[in-house]
Amino acid sequence: MLFVAPALALIAAFLVFPALWTLYLGVLKYDLAGSNAAAPQFVGLGNYRDALTDPRFANSLLLTVAFVGLSAVLGQNVLGFLLAAVLRDAASWVRGVVNAVVLLAWILPGTVVVFLWQALLDRGGGTLNALLGTPGAAWTLDHPLATIVAFNIWRGTAFSMLLYSAALGAVPRSQLETARTYGAGPLRTLRDVVLPHIRGHVLTNTLLITLWTFNDFAPYMLTGGGPDHRSETLPVYVYRTSIEGGALGYGSAISLIMLIVNLAIALFYLRLLRRRSA
Amino acid sequence: MGSRPVATVGALAVACLVLGGCVSAKHAAGAGDPQRNADAKHATLTISTNAISGGKNAQEADWITKELIPAFEKAEKAKGRNVTVNYQANGIDDAKYGEKLELSLKAGGGPDLFVVGGDSIATYAAAGYIAPLDKVVGGEANSWTGWKQVDAAVKKNVSMNGRYYAVPNGVDGRVLYYNKKLFVKAGLPADWQPTSWADILAAGRKLATLSGVTPIQINAGTPMAEATTMQGFLPLLAGAGAEIYDAKAKKYQGDTKAVRDVLSFYRTLYRGAKLGDPRLQQDPNGRDESFTEFSQGKLGIIGESDYLWRSVVCPTKSVCNATAMPDRNSTVGYAMIPAERPGSGVGGQDFVSMSGGGGFTINPHTKYPQQAWDLLTFMRSATQIKAQLGSTVQITANKQVNDEILARDPALKFIADKVIPITRFRPSEEHYTSVGALIEEATGQVVAGKPVDEVAKAYQQGVVKLVGADHVSSN
Amino acid sequence: MSAPAVLARRAMARVGLYVFVGLVLVFFALPLVWLVTTPFARTPSYRVPAPSFTLHNFRILWDNPYAVRSIGNSLVLAGGTAVLAVVFAGTAAYALSRVRLPGRDAVLYAVLLLSSIVTGTAAMVPIFLMLFQLDLIDNRLALVLVLTGGLLPSAMFILKDFMDTVPRSYEESARVFGASPFQILRHVVAPVVRPGLATIAVWAVVQVWGNFLLPYILLHDPAKQPAAVIMYTFYDEGGQPNFALISTFSLLYSVPVVLCYLVVNRRYGFRFQGGIKG
Repeated sequence: MLFVAPALALIAAFLVFPALWTLYLGVLKYDLAGSNAAAPQFVGLGNYRDALTDPRFANSLLLTVAFVGLSAVLGQNVLGFLLAAVLRDAASWVRGVVNAVVLLAWILPGTVVVFLWQALLDRGGGTLNALLGTPGAAWTLDHPLATIVAFNIWRGTAFSMLLYSAALGAVPRSQLETARTYGAGPLRTLRDVVLPHIRGHVLTNTLLITLWTFNDFAPYMLTGGGPDHRSETLPVYVYRTSIEGGALGYGSAISLIMLIVNLAIALFYLRLLRRRSA
Repeated sequence: MGSRPVATVGALAVACLVLGGCVSAKHAAGAGDPQRNADAKHATLTISTNAISGGKNAQEADWITKELIPAFEKAEKAKGRNVTVNYQANGIDDAKYGEKLELSLKAGGGPDLFVVGGDSIATYAAAGYIAPLDKVVGGEANSWTGWKQVDAAVKKNVSMNGRYYAVPNGVDGRVLYYNKKLFVKAGLPADWQPTSWADILAAGRKLATLSGVTPIQINAGTPMAEATTMQGFLPLLAGAGAEIYDAKAKKYQGDTKAVRDVLSFYRTLYRGAKLGDPRLQQDPNGRDESFTEFSQGKLGIIGESDYLWRSVVCPTKSVCNATAMPDRNSTVGYAMIPAERPGSGVGGQDFVSMSGGGGFTINPHTKYPQQAWDLLTFMRSATQIKAQLGSTVQITANKQVNDEILARDPALKFIADKVIPITRFRPSEEHYTSVGALIEEATGQVVAGKPVDEVAKAYQQGVVKLVGADHVSSN
Repeated sequence: MSAPAVLARRAMARVGLYVFVGLVLVFFALPLVWLVTTPFARTPSYRVPAPSFTLHNFRILWDNPYAVRSIGNSLVLAGGTAVLAVVFAGTAAYALSRVRLPGRDAVLYAVLLLSSIVTGTAAMVPIFLMLFQLDLIDNRLALVLVLTGGLLPSAMFILKDFMDTVPRSYEESARVFGASPFQILRHVVAPVVRPGLATIAVWAVVQVWGNFLLPYILLHDPAKQPAAVIMYTFYDEGGQPNFALISTFSLLYSVPVVLCYLVVNRRYGFRFQGGIKG
């Protein structure tokens, strides 16, 4: 059909094709410079074996799971939902102001955001240290994981908030009133009245923010993956091995492993959705 | 919907074709006749460096666009040749720049002239990105009169197997800088020259008595990247009597006594005697942070290259901004880096240093090798070297220019006269960059508190995995 | 429960609510303080400045040969990509929403997952080599196509949800009057899903606005580079960040994307339709 042709052509040329090529690089010893740049060696599954036996990779995978779980699945999801719920009944100026700052965090360019957070967390003259009266506190060194979790919640909550605002709009007010009349507490109302209406939204939202966070490179700009690999999530690990080490084949192999993890996550959510709606 | 399977199959077919064709395509190093297009009526050349007007390395970018290119085009015209030179400005993070340059070179494109670091020559040559200059432009590359002005060590830094791969830009050297005012306060001589590692630690212990002062900064860890190897590990290793790569035996240092000595020194410095701030080695901005502290008189001793003197703590506010030291000349002292013990350094030396530097090279795939060589020698003439420096002073690769300008700066003269003759360069071996990353990791772990033996073992394993056990020495 | 107790509980809940909203506001606004104060500081640094006012930093920015121009370049890239993404994703999502085909969703998910691979450096190898062979390096149109290709899967994914909500009866009646499929899409469907299209446009602008790697690798002429790339060049001779440039440019660079959001939000409403149908 004519309607899908342009989109499919672009996707095929600039997405599927490079992606397949990238996957092919994963079975090569392929570097940006050196003899492996001139004549890449075929190593079969060697890159995959190296990755799966590298303790740094295991560390990265665990960190990524923690990062995604804390900052996206819990952080953005819950905060986004709470904001959407609270703002529904708030005065319009409150809604406007909160919406504005939360959205700003989301739409500002990444490069700018990195400087904003460096200014916030700087050891010497950072805003946070000035505010808390803790000069010299090194947040990115003492609490690297907490830092990137807080950062990601700040950066991405807007999407969840917008999506849940739309979703809550679909919950009939009459049902909420009924629940209140029968004296149902907030938790029961949430479980019995609200959730059934927005289950699809919750899963869509969780799926998207999980995948985005999983592949997010921004932590590197804040902590450089350190100290001592304590904030080295998978995209950072890929960057540090494939660029700083120049090993593109190895980087591609890890990209495929990440893709499979992403796929597993997506299938898991979809199953969850099917079971619930069945 | 019939178009979808077709499109997919088509994409797959193209993918297979191109994958087969491109990934395995191997460039022959040096693409043919050095005299090709030598008589072309019109030639276009492109220079690329990691600089940009108004941003990073602006002085270099402005020199190229405002002085070098107009002067060269005019000179060529006088010879009856029409040459247009374009400048590709970048001014970005060095790793990112390297990535872009390497991608272009890999595709068989890339600028006609670009800078290659002395330590990258082996890797670039192995990839076919560069070739010996005499192969690219012919015999005149060896008979160029300018070579007479270049120091032997600096020549070696741009050569491999006795052939030139680039024309050198300049050279730097590492020393220990110290704050004379703090030294006097701590009861140390204002005119200081340690002769062993123990002397450095002893001075550090006295500085530790001053409040609010970090005694010593010797770079370590991954965030400092190449500054860890060049300013810290490698000069120390040279002081312990070893070079990281023995080109004759074709062996890297693994878990050797020299490596363990260096790691033990780090351990004493940061853990045992607590004379350095481990935090700075973990902080992504640690190096900048160390500059700030040194410029504010909060840091006693720092191992750095002449870059610190020229571009970080210089007295001119407009160049050095927040870290400028108006009283630099009276406050900042400099001393040679001592060997572990007198005479224990490489080649039995008492003092050691490391130097870096690179040079401009010509893309083997250039369409106009002769015109490119003209440009290369033109830009490394004494006139253009001085134009590039402007009012600043730097150790260049040209002895005649150095004699003229270094008299203006005693510290740089000291480095040129005392340090460059005893210095070492990074090895020109294609695994060096990866070994460097292992060194950064190892020093970082020692600073973080891991025992030296354990770290040295893990380092050895890493190097063996990289180059094979036959190419690693351990004892 | 007695009436006063209920009132007291309500009051407590209100206070709790305001504290929550207040904390959220502080959390989201804190990093933004630097962005709006530092450009006007006499000695800009990571430190949020003591009140002082100067426009001198903007003078420095104006004198930079690439800064202002790069914002224009960003506008061209972001605008071009947004238009293409909206048109192509819109038509494709409409078609996919109307045609029931086995495996349709699977394909959509597959490309969505693949898009996560084509982000890192390894994926730059195929893209760069492909455009190099086609002699399209330094070509802005080619870059726009590559950018669009990367955004299409997510855009189609989000838009399909909107398309699914358009009642088919609208189209049936248009068809009765002899409208072509394109006319139906243009005059019947598009107006209904306009908020969705607007959302995708803003989203595409935001994505392109912050993209560093693709433009940096695929464009060689610095005069064509967008703001995300030029911002990384603001260092002084000593290699230290030039805060006069960074702070003013951060502000200038943020304004268009914020304006874009505000305009679209006012005219069309910015929101997400969500929920994967199980």
